[in-house]
Amino acid sequence: MQDVRGQTSDFRLPTSELGVRFMHVKLKLFASLRNGRFKEKTLDIKEGSTLIELLQQFGIEKEAVAILLVNGRDGEFRQELKEGDVVSVFPPLGGG
Amino acid sequence: MPGHLRNIGTLTPDEEKKIQKAKVCIVGCGGLGGYVVEMLARLGVGCLTVVDGDSFEESNLNRQILADTASLGRNKAITAQERVRAINPRVKVNAFSQYLSGDNSREILAGHDLVIDALDDIDTRFLLQETAEELNTVVVHAAVESWYGQVCTIFPGDRSLDRIYPNQRSLKKNYTNNSFTPALIAAIQVSEALKVLIGRGNILRKRVLYVDLLEQEYHFIELET
Repeated sequence: MQDVRGQTSDFRLPTSELGVRFMHVKLKLFASLRNGRFKEKTLDIKEGSTLIELLQQFGIEKEAVAILLVNGRDGEFRQELKEGDVVSVFPPLGGG
Repeated sequence: MPGHLRNIGTLTPDEEKKIQKAKVCIVGCGGLGGYVVEMLARLGVGCLTVVDGDSFEESNLNRQILADTASLGRNKAITAQERVRAINPRVKVNAFSQYLSGDNSREILAGHDLVIDALDDIDTRFLLQETAEELNTVVVHAAVESWYGQVCTIFPGDRSLDRIYPNQRSLKKNYTNNSFTPALIAAIQVSEALKVLIGRGNILRKRVLYVDLLEQEYHFIELET
């Protein structure tokens, strides 16, 4: 498994040497958000991270996010994520 | 055999009568709207209003069914009106060769049973949702970009666009598109419109169908209220 810092770990580290706790979340990207990124990835992120912090790590800004779900329900950018959360992000489509 | 009788098997005789009396307004006659107008006219929907202030240009030729070498430079709504008359002279068709705006939206949308959102501008989509709600009219929304498309049927009070575009008000963008995504998404949009008019079948209310033709994925996203 690879975490957001690009480091690979074979086992989960609940607490780092500096006392920072980590958790797993799954990030699922859809449509053009996958370009240059990925379809889905399980990530180790700092406990207490918010949705927007997670998305910004992958260069995804608010304007590029239309439908945003956490575990299938509406998500908020400022929402703190929890262990095991599944985040789904759909970009806006506006053309006719 | 008159063409509309071919609908038998899809529509009952009563439903056929219902759509012959129906009035549908199509806002935007470009990529999606061109196909929607074509399909609604062939179904035999009794009265269509087509709205677009834009004129065809070369960049439309890759995807807009009403854009061809003869229609370049011509207004899209007027071209759509002529197309409907050529397909089915029994369909009454009104054309507004202007963009939907705060000044004209009530006047244009009033009196219709259903409105089709085939726009390419997010702010105008919100204006459409708002005006349709004031007029107690259902909107069938669709949008496309590249390999992707979405459809949602919005009843008065649902305000589904608030969930679909939470961070995109005033977003201006030129969207890239192709020949096949608008055709598919327009067909789904027409099936939604037809079901609302006849009151039968399962519709995309408070949920969005989000289509990814590159990966051939079809996601149904529930919208909370």
